[in-house]
Amino acid sequence: MSSISATDHPAEKAASKVIQPAWVRIVHWINAVAIILMIMSGWQIYNASPLFNFTFSRSITLGGWLGGALQWHFAAMWLLMINGLVYLTLGLVTGRFRKKLLPISASGVIDDTKAALAGKLSHADLTVYNQVQKLLYAGIIVVGILIVLSGLAIWKPVQLQWLTAVFGGYEVARYVHFFCMAAIVGFLVIHIALALLVPKSLRAMIIGK
Amino acid sequence: MGRMRKLLIPGVDKQLLVKDATKLMPDFTRRRFIAGGASLGALTLLTGCDVTDSFSAESMLTQMSKFNDAVQAKLFNPNTLAPTFPESAITKPFPFNAYYALDDAPDVDGAAWKLEVRGLVENKKSWTLDELYKLPQEKQITRHICVEGWSAIGSWTGVRLSHFLQLIGADTKAKYVWFQCADMDGYNSPLDMPTALHPQTQMTFKFGDEILPRAYGFPMKIRVPTKLGFKNPKYVISMEVTNDYKGGYWEDQGYNSFSGS
Repeated sequence: MSSISATDHPAEKAASKVIQPAWVRIVHWINAVAIILMIMSGWQIYNASPLFNFTFSRSITLGGWLGGALQWHFAAMWLLMINGLVYLTLGLVTGRFRKKLLPISASGVIDDTKAALAGKLSHADLTVYNQVQKLLYAGIIVVGILIVLSGLAIWKPVQLQWLTAVFGGYEVARYVHFFCMAAIVGFLVIHIALALLVPKSLRAMIIGK
Repeated sequence: MGRMRKLLIPGVDKQLLVKDATKLMPDFTRRRFIAGGASLGALTLLTGCDVTDSFSAESMLTQMSKFNDAVQAKLFNPNTLAPTFPESAITKPFPFNAYYALDDAPDVDGAAWKLEVRGLVENKKSWTLDELYKLPQEKQITRHICVEGWSAIGSWTGVRLSHFLQLIGADTKAKYVWFQCADMDGYNSPLDMPTALHPQTQMTFKFGDEILPRAYGFPMKIRVPTKLGFKNPKYVISMEVTNDYKGGYWEDQGYNSFSGS
């Protein structure tokens, strides 16, 4: 491991060309499918008893009616949870989270945000995340954990009542679940826009390089 | 008179109720379209392959729902009680909810009503309201959670279903207690035996210390605080202890059958 600093070694140069390892790409795209199914069916479920003064257009919801949406939601949740657990486990065990997402500093995030807005942020080395990326990717992992836990709190407010209580009760957990969804949708807008702006990052998530 | 009817349940607007009910109605056309669109049916037409229906999204989702029934049955702890609340937490007015307007709710004559008991029980005699009222009753203030997502806290008083099942010599090793109701279109719903024997599962005769009003299921409702609202049948007219899964009004349309909280 200590030889990593010796970057002039040809074998390591070849290895460093892999930007996204296979396991990251696999869990990323499974997660992409799962989260889209969860969001679209979740919007249909929301429509049955809206928390706010709006509903989601049926053209962007999944399931057709409440019963169908619940079936999709409670099927896709297994895909999301199992895939998410694999991601968290491998992210911790391989040290990817520590290497890629830490450290994050407030000044670093501010500097990189300024650089990004000025169009001066470098994308020369996609294996290294800038401070804004680190914050967003670390943040969305936390939101991902929260949305699953708040979902479990809504689903099982009797059997998992301790969890529901942590969220401040059933009704509060519903709002937490909703705002986590809103955060993920906000993240997706930025994430997809930037992936399209820097196409080689999208290529790296598909073929690895 | 008209005004009285309007005020039957204070604070609940009838127009909104009807809207609410129609909103709940399944749109089968759309549902079929979505399931069909996601199926391999279209592919079979192109290739001529004999791909059975089991590949369709709809049957996959049904299988997942059955899997979720099993997971929830495992997760169900017969000793875990639903949280209870103080009187001050009761939701007022408590919402009326059904797939029809309150004016169309069953109007049961309590004097003529009898609870019919069928299936795997030793004593199949029918029970009058007066006989049932004499059984030991207890009160619970618990949260009612609707499959739609909203919730409301209510106060229900009645007889433990487990006590009644014991009285009638029910085979508590049977799988289900199946309830039939007086609702139009014949509402019914199966309850798994472990839940039926849960200490908070109740044959309810009172809401908020008053005889159960028509809106909340007079003369008898089954209160199950460990299940979603649609598994809490109102206007109950019969119960059957059975090993057969007989389906239910909403369960047959796709709501998850266990639907435990």
